[in-house]
Amino acid sequence: MSKPVFVVTEQRDGLFRKVSFEALSEGRRIADSLGSPVVAIIVGSGVEALAETAGHYGADRALVADSDIFINYSAEGYTKTILKAIQQVDPEIVLIPASSMGKDLAPRLAARLDCGLAADCIALAVDNGRVLAKRTMYANKILADVQFNSTLGIASLRPNIFPAAQPDTSRKATVEPLKVDISQTDLKAVVKELISGAGEKIDISEANVIVAGGRGMKGPDQFKILEKLAAVLKGAVGASRSAVDSGWRQHADQVGQTGKTVAPDIYIACGISGAIQHLAGMSSSKCIVAINKDPDAPIFQRADYGIVGDLFEVVPKLTDELKKVVE
Amino acid sequence: MKILVCVKQVPDTETRIKIGSDKKSIDATDINWILNPYDEYAVEEAIQIKEKQGDTIVTVISVGPERSVSALRTAVAMGADEAILVKTDDDAYLDSLAVAKALVSVIKELEFDLILCGKQAVDDDNLQVGPMVAELLELPCVTFIADLKLENGKATAKREIEGGTMVIETSLPAVLTAEKGLNEPRYPALRGIMMAKRKPIDERQLQYIEPKIDVVSVEYPPTRKGGKIVGEGAEAVPELVKLLKEEAKVI
Ligand SMILES: Cc1cc2nc3c(=O)[nH]c(=O)nc-3n(C[C@H](O)[C@H](O)[C@H](O)COP(=O)(O)OP(=O)(O)OC[C@H]3O[C@@H](n4cnc5c(N)ncnc54)[C@H](O)[C@@H]3O)c2cc1C
Ligand SMILES: Nc1ncnc2c1ncn2[C@@H]1O[C@H](COP(=O)(O)O)[C@@H](O)[C@H]1O
Repeated sequence: MSKPVFVVTEQRDGLFRKVSFEALSEGRRIADSLGSPVVAIIVGSGVEALAETAGHYGADRALVADSDIFINYSAEGYTKTILKAIQQVDPEIVLIPASSMGKDLAPRLAARLDCGLAADCIALAVDNGRVLAKRTMYANKILADVQFNSTLGIASLRPNIFPAAQPDTSRKATVEPLKVDISQTDLKAVVKELISGAGEKIDISEANVIVAGGRGMKGPDQFKILEKLAAVLKGAVGASRSAVDSGWRQHADQVGQTGKTVAPDIYIACGISGAIQHLAGMSSSKCIVAINKDPDAPIFQRADYGIVGDLFEVVPKLTDELKKVVE
Repeated sequence: MKILVCVKQVPDTETRIKIGSDKKSIDATDINWILNPYDEYAVEEAIQIKEKQGDTIVTVISVGPERSVSALRTAVAMGADEAILVKTDDDAYLDSLAVAKALVSVIKELEFDLILCGKQAVDDDNLQVGPMVAELLELPCVTFIADLKLENGKATAKREIEGGTMVIETSLPAVLTAEKGLNEPRYPALRGIMMAKRKPIDERQLQYIEPKIDVVSVEYPPTRKGGKIVGEGAEAVPELVKLLKEEAKVI
């Protein structure tokens, strides 16, 4: 049997985040090609119950690091704990979601383990018993196949790209509690406060549907029509940099090279011209719809479907029509 | 206070990226090279700290080929005091860990209270070097900061996460990586540009470091088949909904 596939999961408030299901499912798929087991690690406070769910998604072993010290995320605490577990398990590859947590942790682990990190991957493959990773460079303008030069490799997985499997409730993981020997004094950087965004808002990096607005929205209040459209499709509202720089939307909602990379099933661009830096963030969306009054706007070249017209007429009509379909 | 800022020279975000003849790297001709946009935030933050506190030296460091000197000069023109280039061969391939090790080899000999990096270099989009430098130096690190306050030898930074913001306090020295929104980078003034031209750059040769990741091949992403204009105005909406349901099958 080959060396295990090690999956770092992510939870918040005792619940797995969607990226964890994606990473576990991909871990299972890779492990099946390698003929190796999946070992998952769960770090948090009050998270024992998650071990069972990890099993449903493909973990053979679930290592649980449960401690009050993990009530808040701490890069140093998480790194130390996960590092120790990786060294014990001696895996072939470590998979970790490329979420804001994963992007923070993965390079630290790689530096400590002196191994390669393929960041923000969009596909993994197994060739001759070795894992190959596909990732993007130059803001999605180039795809690169990379291989690890080190015996161990780490790959972080772009959210919303890897499909999450249907959970199999008959699968069981062996649960192994980990001893956590970290004290508050080990942590030089600590979370003082967690300011959560507006209510139950879905983050655009994880939304299945994004309705995005640009300078064509003319002002902050007009985004209400996008909120309505997004609500019908249970999606989130994104924005171009122009809209963010004008102060109409928060930076957290910005899509593009200096914003977030998103890959929803549906991306509806409203009053967005389609500048290269915007396309960089959304061109891997599965279906792109553009609404723009300028027929020559570059966004139409990337869109699967386009409507040339005034968004203030098209968007409310689209909201009404979609309501009929989804209800 | 002594602040180090790690900067990289990258292609302008408007540049058309062409794949090189080796099918592993990009064609470096006809590229307009700029200072990595996220590193501009890092440089700006360092200069603002200097302006606020006085008695501060800002040193910019880059690992890269000779042409990287112009990115260092941009940073000096903005207001950085000293510049160090760890010079590589023009076609040298370095992965992030190799870059981090190269930076650390220089940083180890310097005094510093704070290291600033960009969140990401917009060429390889690795998002790695900052936290790797921190880990190799065994320093705390806060990534993707959108706000920074220095007080009583501590730094308080805001870090955006999915659906919220973390407020993180860290002791110094620490490594911080800059997210967009941290500040508004200045345009270098003419005087700064003239001064930067004459600024001596401390150049050192890089010792070979083995990369842990190899790029096997690169390709262009599959082109999307040209967009279909469904129609004009609100009348086109029913047809669009039909296509989304029946052709794209996304609703
Ligand atoms: C280093 C760098 C990084 C960048 N990063 C990003 C990034 O992350 N994300 C990003 O988005 N941009 C980014 N940009 C900016 C980018 O170059 C563009 O300036 C920006 O995307 C334009 O935003 P926009 O499409 O909303 O505005 P515009 O380009 O002004 O387009 C507005 C569009 O709205 C249409 N319109 C106006 N009124 C209506 C109406 N009533 N109905 C329908 N359509 C209408 C117009 O026809 C036009 O096409 C970056 C730039 C640089 C240099
Ligand atoms: N060659 C380099 N020289 C100096 N700093 C670098 C270099 N590469 C990356 N960095 C720093 O690390 C940050 C993240 O880069 P990356 O990990 O390549 O996305 C950049 O914004 C820079 O601050």
